[in-house]
Amino acid sequence: MPIMNDTIQFNVGEHRLALEKALKLTPQDIVMEIREAGLKGRGGAGFPTGTKWLLALSAVAEKKFVICNADEGEPGTFKDRVLLDEYTNLVIDGMTIGGYAIQATEGIIYLRGEYKYLLNKLERFLDEKRENNQLGNNILGTGFNFDIKIRLGSGAYVCGEETALIESLEGHRGEARNRPPFPVNTGFMGYPTIVNNVETFASAAIIISKGADWFKKIGISKSYGTKLVSISGDCKKPGVYEVPFGISIRDLLKMVEADEAKAVQVGGASGQCVPESQFDRKISFEDLSTGGSVMIFNKSRDMLHILKNFMEFFVEESCGQCSPCRIGNKKLLEGIELIEQGKCSYTYLNELIELGKSMQLASKCGLGQSSPNPFISILTNFENEVFSTK
Amino acid sequence: MIKDKLSRTPVSQQPLIVKKEEEGGIGSFVEVEINGRKIQVQMGTTILEACRQNNIHIPTLCYHEDLCLAGLCRICVVEIEGMRTLQAACTYPITNKLKIQTTSEKVRKARRHILDLLLSEHYGECYSCHRNGNCELQSLAKEYGVDGYKFGHITERRHTVDRSSYSVIRDMDKCVLCKRCVRTCIDLQEVGVLEATHRGYDTTISTFYDKPLADVICINCGQCINRCPTAALKANDPSDEIWVAIDNPKKHVVIQTAPSPRASIGEEFGLPPGHSMTKQLNTALRWIGFDKVFDTNFTADLTIMEEGTELLNRLKKKLVEGDNNIKLPQFTSCSPGWVKYIEHFYPDYLDYLSTCKSPQQMFGALIKTFYAQENNIAPEDIVTVALMPCSAKKFECNRPEMHSSGFKDVDYGLTTREMAQMIREAGINLPDLEGSGFDDPFGDASGAGLIFGATGGVMEAALRTVYEIVTGREVPFKNLEITPCRGFEGVRQASVKLEGTLPEWNFLEGVDLNFMIAHGTANAKKVMEALVRGELENIHFIEVMACPGGCIGGGGQPIPTSPEIRKKRAEAIYNEDRGLEVRKSHQNPHIKYIYEKFLIDGPCGHISHKLLHTHYVKRGKFIA
Ligand code: SF4
Ligand code: SF4
Ligand code: SF4
Ligand code: SF4
Ligand code: FES
Repeated sequence: MPIMNDTIQFNVGEHRLALEKALKLTPQDIVMEIREAGLKGRGGAGFPTGTKWLLALSAVAEKKFVICNADEGEPGTFKDRVLLDEYTNLVIDGMTIGGYAIQATEGIIYLRGEYKYLLNKLERFLDEKRENNQLGNNILGTGFNFDIKIRLGSGAYVCGEETALIESLEGHRGEARNRPPFPVNTGFMGYPTIVNNVETFASAAIIISKGADWFKKIGISKSYGTKLVSISGDCKKPGVYEVPFGISIRDLLKMVEADEAKAVQVGGASGQCVPESQFDRKISFEDLSTGGSVMIFNKSRDMLHILKNFMEFFVEESCGQCSPCRIGNKKLLEGIELIEQGKCSYTYLNELIELGKSMQLASKCGLGQSSPNPFISILTNFENEVFSTK
Repeated sequence: MIKDKLSRTPVSQQPLIVKKEEEGGIGSFVEVEINGRKIQVQMGTTILEACRQNNIHIPTLCYHEDLCLAGLCRICVVEIEGMRTLQAACTYPITNKLKIQTTSEKVRKARRHILDLLLSEHYGECYSCHRNGNCELQSLAKEYGVDGYKFGHITERRHTVDRSSYSVIRDMDKCVLCKRCVRTCIDLQEVGVLEATHRGYDTTISTFYDKPLADVICINCGQCINRCPTAALKANDPSDEIWVAIDNPKKHVVIQTAPSPRASIGEEFGLPPGHSMTKQLNTALRWIGFDKVFDTNFTADLTIMEEGTELLNRLKKKLVEGDNNIKLPQFTSCSPGWVKYIEHFYPDYLDYLSTCKSPQQMFGALIKTFYAQENNIAPEDIVTVALMPCSAKKFECNRPEMHSSGFKDVDYGLTTREMAQMIREAGINLPDLEGSGFDDPFGDASGAGLIFGATGGVMEAALRTVYEIVTGREVPFKNLEITPCRGFEGVRQASVKLEGTLPEWNFLEGVDLNFMIAHGTANAKKVMEALVRGELENIHFIEVMACPGGCIGGGGQPIPTSPEIRKKRAEAIYNEDRGLEVRKSHQNPHIKYIYEKFLIDGPCGHISHKLLHTHYVKRGKFIA
């Protein structure tokens, strides 16, 4: 499955020379270019990529690592799969450029277990790159050594969180680490490590290929460039789209021909549920941030049921190490069951919403910090619907 | 010399490298503002440490001074200006100027929520719980004024209680998943029995394939119990059976008390750590109804005689007779946790262990033989109880080998905590009691036996005796205090030169007696790895204690434990040694007596071999 609309920035052919171009620059230049472009992490958290790379570049260590987070586990996202499958070169070059930029020699792709079918293809592609001297020792005669290996995940959602991913790579339970120290200082095996999303690497390659100024022509201030979104649910044309940052939900819906939508879940299970009255809100880091998932629900859907699905997911997928997330999600789920049975008082519901806020503040990692999002947004935005039927 | 290759230090625990000002760093001190107060702290100090240094209280649950940082419970969260989320004070290292709020509304609310969540999952009630009054969860509930269950309260068990082990009982329905036990077992002790399994709400602490604890490689050290904040882990308590024996007029119930419980039991009665309660304890035990109160130090002295002789025999056989089957260094064998550790992890090295039983088991064998004969009591009517600082002693007395008297040599191993409970139940406030001595025929022991309780103590006691046997003179240390043996460093090494030897021991003239001391099995592992690599060729004698700090830090000792507390307890023991008249095992008159009257063919002789020595089991790590 290709990217559905006309590609705005992700045009494979045009970026063939990204790597060659990069290796003619200094690592500092690359980092500055990425910073200049204002590239932010495409996985959802939106941390400035240039800053991350700069920190890793300035860390002094005998070894450094580049990790490509291909553990695309957020319900409703499938854009990384498309990138890995159809835009492989862009991703691999992006990683190599990242490696050069922070002066690492090893890269690892942490591939979602369910994407195992891509493994052979990717391995073959890496071999090809090695044959073409675009990976391995003395890349393109520049003296830069960098190679990439692929590791398979085992299906834990939390391993999309970068420190849990590193723990998992090291052979431990997939559990988030304490931060600080951050991976840019103390990452894989204790070495400085950058962990970036598949799309982030691809975007980095695009920036080097076409320059920061070109890149910044698209998007809105603070959110430059384009975003790949995986659109699913109640619409006529689901799929992966490249959209400019700043696009409104309304325009998105028009694009995929969703006429009956009453709610859009932006950012996957841990994202925000946007009601019709807010369809003018924009996909961007400052408003509705998403790692790529956009789910559309039409008038026939039961919002409580949707919410219950999400919360069941979190109860199961919490790594279970910290108390707010481990028990909190369960309590939120039990609250939904009470609502279903018509037994949840408003007082208790408010208590649960307060609990959700505490979870957002006190949980150890992004999972627990964002799992109450759908609970809070659906029960605030769709309170009438939820309670009128119960 | 001994490199630690295998230790699994979580990356997040590796020390922060702080550049000094002259190296371009921000300087080694940094100013933070906590609740409006400006405070200077060393770079890398955690927020929790900084607060503690300045008497600002932060609640904790998963944090423990002995363990690596975890940041799991989140009860310690604080607010840092400019940060979206709250941060765990216990894990957050200060490296730049921060403005910290420790009791803002958000913080209080979050903490209370966390507490309410933990309580909602916490099965049972405090009044039917052995940690009532000494439980960190309960204290937190009190601190935050919890007066109900905001998010409900679980009414049915989710787990079954694992009572399989002689030493440790696991009740996971009381577990708050702080993973202190996991960190104790994996990181502190490097045994690795416990780990979190499953995920999310189903997360639980479990053993290999969820096998009963008795079937896995648990060494029964009980260190996990000492660090568990709640009642999820406890020792296997035999006090009910002991009460039954005491109440039965036909039974002659004797108790032997080890040195370490005396140095710590005061803590159970509200005294600060470091008060010896030896004499008061004797009185309390008599009040409770024990027929005789004996001092385990007697058999500690005996152990020194036997183990010292065994060492000298090994040296003679190896050095004089050139017998290469003799294994050196000789390892001490009085710590049953250590014995089980080596049985599991280094089963091919059991010949290095001294064959001596632990003092507890020597005593048991003597009570049901020598003591029974001298006093005309049928051994089957004798019940022997051992008051120990240790949970592994419970397993040890149940080992099938430990029947050399023809009966179960020691009937019950009782921990300090359980003893304190019996004393409380008898309505006694220990510190109020008048003191009294030990009963004959074993009497008061030497200071050498006493210092067995602290790490390095066995070595020191053995050296006092061995040196004197070989040279006819006292060890050349002021006040007999062999200072290289003392301290808390994980692995210590030292040597004593043997000079002016008696004719019989001429072959040792000028020899440096090299010894090592390790406490905690993580350190024992370092020693064993060095042995496996062949690096310990010129070492003669190694003392190993399974528990950090030695017996004073044993798994049966009062809770809580910390490096500071263990140090105080050790001081109490050394002070008591200093005050004693007889401080060398071989000078204990009761020891002389028993070798004259009963163990007539001397140390390591035939009778002693039957009663005081044992053999070991190659267990390996195979789990059925
Ligand atoms: S927030 Fe959830 S997933 Fe993250 S560390 Fe805590 S329990 Fe694990
Ligand atoms: S473990 Fe603590 S909180 Fe739980 S029942 Fe026992 S005393 Fe109460
Ligand atoms: S008793 Fe010791 S070995 Fe057994 S689980 Fe506890 S810490 Fe581990
Ligand atoms: S058993 Fe105790 S120490 Fe272990 S995780 Fe549970 S509460 Fe913590
Ligand atoms: S004490 Fe800090 S997270 Fe548990």
